[in-house]
Amino acid sequence: MSTVQEPQKPKANTNRVGLLMQDYKGKESTLCAGCGHDAITSQIIRSFFLYGVEPHRVIKLSGIGCSSKTPAYFLDRAHGFNAVHGRMPAVGTGAVLANRTLIAIGVSGDGDTASIGTGQFVHMLRRNIPMIYIMENNGVYGLTKGQFSATADPGSTLKSGVVNDLPPIDCCALAIELGCGYVARSFAGDPKQLVALLEGALAHCGTAFLDVISPCVTFNNHEGSTKSYKYAKETEELLHEVSFIPFYEPITVDYDEGVTKVIELHDGSHITLRKLERDFDPRNKLQSLHVILESTERREFLTGLLYVDPKKPDFTELLNLPEEPLARLAPEEVRPSRAALQEIMESLH
Amino acid sequence: MIKFPFGNRGKGVILDNTHISIMTERKGRSDAQGSVINDFSIQVATVNGSGSQSANSVLMRSIFQMGVPVTGKNLFPSNIAGLPTWFTIRANKNGYIARKAEIDFAVTVNPQTAREDALSVVKGGALLAEASLGLKGLRSDITYYEAPFLSLAAQVSAEVRLRKLLSNMIYVGAMAELLGIEPAEVEKAIRTQFASKLKAAEINIKAAQMGFDYARANLPKRDPFRIERMDKTRGMIIVDGNTAAALGAIFGGCTVAAWYPITPSTSLVEQMIAYMKQYRMDPKTGKPTFAIVQAEDELAAVGMVIGAGWAGARAMTSTSGPGISLMSEFVGLSYFAEVPAVIWDVQRIGPSTGLPTRTSQGDILSAYVLSHGDTKHIMLIPATVEECFRFAQEAFNLAERFQTTVFCMSDLDLGMNNWMSNAFQYPDDIPIERGKVLSEEDLERLGGFSRYLDVDGDGIPYRTLPGTRHPAAGYFARGSGHDEHAEYSERPEDYVSLMDRLARKIDGARSFVPAPVIDNGAGAKIGIIAYGTTHHAIGECRDQLLAENDLATDYLRIRGLPFNLEIGSFLAQHDRVYVVEQNRDGQMRSLLSLDFPKQATKLRSVLHYNGIPVDARYVTNAILMQEKETD
Repeated sequence: MSTVQEPQKPKANTNRVGLLMQDYKGKESTLCAGCGHDAITSQIIRSFFLYGVEPHRVIKLSGIGCSSKTPAYFLDRAHGFNAVHGRMPAVGTGAVLANRTLIAIGVSGDGDTASIGTGQFVHMLRRNIPMIYIMENNGVYGLTKGQFSATADPGSTLKSGVVNDLPPIDCCALAIELGCGYVARSFAGDPKQLVALLEGALAHCGTAFLDVISPCVTFNNHEGSTKSYKYAKETEELLHEVSFIPFYEPITVDYDEGVTKVIELHDGSHITLRKLERDFDPRNKLQSLHVILESTERREFLTGLLYVDPKKPDFTELLNLPEEPLARLAPEEVRPSRAALQEIMESLH
Repeated sequence: MIKFPFGNRGKGVILDNTHISIMTERKGRSDAQGSVINDFSIQVATVNGSGSQSANSVLMRSIFQMGVPVTGKNLFPSNIAGLPTWFTIRANKNGYIARKAEIDFAVTVNPQTAREDALSVVKGGALLAEASLGLKGLRSDITYYEAPFLSLAAQVSAEVRLRKLLSNMIYVGAMAELLGIEPAEVEKAIRTQFASKLKAAEINIKAAQMGFDYARANLPKRDPFRIERMDKTRGMIIVDGNTAAALGAIFGGCTVAAWYPITPSTSLVEQMIAYMKQYRMDPKTGKPTFAIVQAEDELAAVGMVIGAGWAGARAMTSTSGPGISLMSEFVGLSYFAEVPAVIWDVQRIGPSTGLPTRTSQGDILSAYVLSHGDTKHIMLIPATVEECFRFAQEAFNLAERFQTTVFCMSDLDLGMNNWMSNAFQYPDDIPIERGKVLSEEDLERLGGFSRYLDVDGDGIPYRTLPGTRHPAAGYFARGSGHDEHAEYSERPEDYVSLMDRLARKIDGARSFVPAPVIDNGAGAKIGIIAYGTTHHAIGECRDQLLAENDLATDYLRIRGLPFNLEIGSFLAQHDRVYVVEQNRDGQMRSLLSLDFPKQATKLRSVLHYNGIPVDARYVTNAILMQEKETD
């Protein structure tokens, strides 16, 4: 359901919570000039501003690697935690259990997610932890100067000429397989699509996984790379045109169902998918997997919302957690009574 | 071949490094009539997975209900069913509750070990065996009884599987009659054991009665061992350390627990789940005031604990040695990013998989400095179930006060065995304290804060919790170098200043961890230091040293690290100090030497590390031998 919320008298350039875009910024990036990660950071700032997220409710999480540095570069007012390599999902899980009102965004890389962190990634998906999880995917380890990661395509080459001969892990297919309710693939060079997908992720309940191709300008942007700007631009195949309508705005346009799919998300926002080449319904898991595998075979770089299930309960719901954050319960709410201890002691006599 | 883990097999046993043989004759004292009252050990040999655990608990509980101090230890294999298992019970009127090495009265129903079981009984002891094992005549120096437990069970139930289970309760009935335990107490113990299963209780009572009647009619009393009613267990409880720790966590306000199953810690969180469901449901909403997650491994378990602790939960995990090794990296993060976490290490024998079902104090050294780089962690070491209950609560307070990982170092003996204890007191003296957390109002008043700034001079900075509604609340926690304002920094002076503050902070915990328990009464030249379950052998050992060798000793029990400075004074006051511990390398002795280098030459080790809980006689002999070398 779309709901209309009367905005308070906004100041110029402010969003629905009265903040400016600059209130969503972070420290200056220390990544290489032209890094895809910085482009993604910009879209995170933009989408959180547009959606009107309250920064103090956000937790930014990451593991280790170039991508994992980026949470310092957005939402300075939020709490951040740069944890250990590949194990950010566990930290995020603990944090949202402690306080389910937090909005968690995790930024990871392909090394952090698809190699050292595969175990935690898989179990985060399985539990449907409420978290936006972005894998900034460049196919290489940047901080250690350009070794292949587990998402590198077979046949792609390093600058040194070394050829990758192992198959990639397709983290989107893996996420769908494991029941993730929001799976998208995008490109750091496609800001419009990325912002819409990020806003959709904010509106989703449960894990929202975004695999974003993010070229490494220093180690993997050459001829022979399949994660370069050039290669991505040339092979990108849009699955559909993605737009986002937040819950606080009415749907004003009548959509032709044959052309545009309108999907209501958990918080009442809508995501609209305008048909391009093919008929595709991201609510059909088998179709999603089919399309992904097919595009891989054709060596196409397929982007868009690959799968969505807005109804799946997240982990905090499964655990039946109270609205009040566990972290904020008063001592008398977490220490049983004298009578309770007495009863237990009597049972042990 | 079945390895026989303990007992003396009728021969002297050579102790590691000490070359003192333990005599196999009974050390207990008999009265004028030759009776041995309330001072002997029982060992029951059965097959793992046969249901004997319940029966043995009933036998132990019956003695407890007779008012006689008692302990029970389950010595079991890493196996689901089929391998031999032993349960030892020690009744002792003086309250000595360490394991007794000598076996006074054995019960065996296990063909795999029957012969060795019979041989393990001390001269002058007694044996009750399943008749079909054919042990009659094997030993002429002990009292031998036999009974057809399995065929007697057939008279109680026609069902084959049930019959096997019930045969255990038949030996309990027979032992009760032989030892003089009142049948009413056996019945009461069975009703407690099967509290939620009335039908099971009834049929087990029938089985016990069958054993009782059989013994009365067929086994005239010829051995000296008797249980006589005392009044030394009134108001006391029987509980295992893992359950006690679980209760402590529940009353300590734990809100998030993440864990991965591993022997011997598994029952700790399982008991938490069971009790939480009953006692930690919000009466207003009917919803739980906790979240417990079975993680995919120990790395994830401790990661969740750290995430939850950072976000303001009282979070804990429970594990054992292999899990501690896996948690190493995250514990370093907790230390460096200053995030509260509580880790229970129910120690088992290592290294590697080691002996998964045997007890040890082998993680002390590695846990104290767990993770790469310079680290040091606060450690609490309970020796009793009561301390498990209390330390579980104090651990949360310390973790939040010092914003770091606190280890609770239990062990298999404490965690999985049943111990009698005073009933736990309501923790009025352990209020839930959340440490230096700044609220929205505080930030409004202060105008902001620096996360890692030592404002109070105690090395402990202030923190905010995620979700705090204030523009200045946010900060960036990280495992990489940072300055006082939580900004990334590789500056040498920032690093040194941070590391020095962390050292100062942890050093400040010396006077906050539970103080050592000191018995200086003897004013002796010789001191003994022990910790954890080793403690239970020490009181008895000191009595032996004094009574048998006229050797007075003082005693200090360590209950926490970093060391309270009173420990240094104790070392200074004595000529020789024996550090008794259950590991090979004298881990606590090493830590004492590092912390009190001037006293290091006074320290001597008594080490017991075969996986079986240490007994007093072992310690006594080891001290005597080293004393002899001193002369």
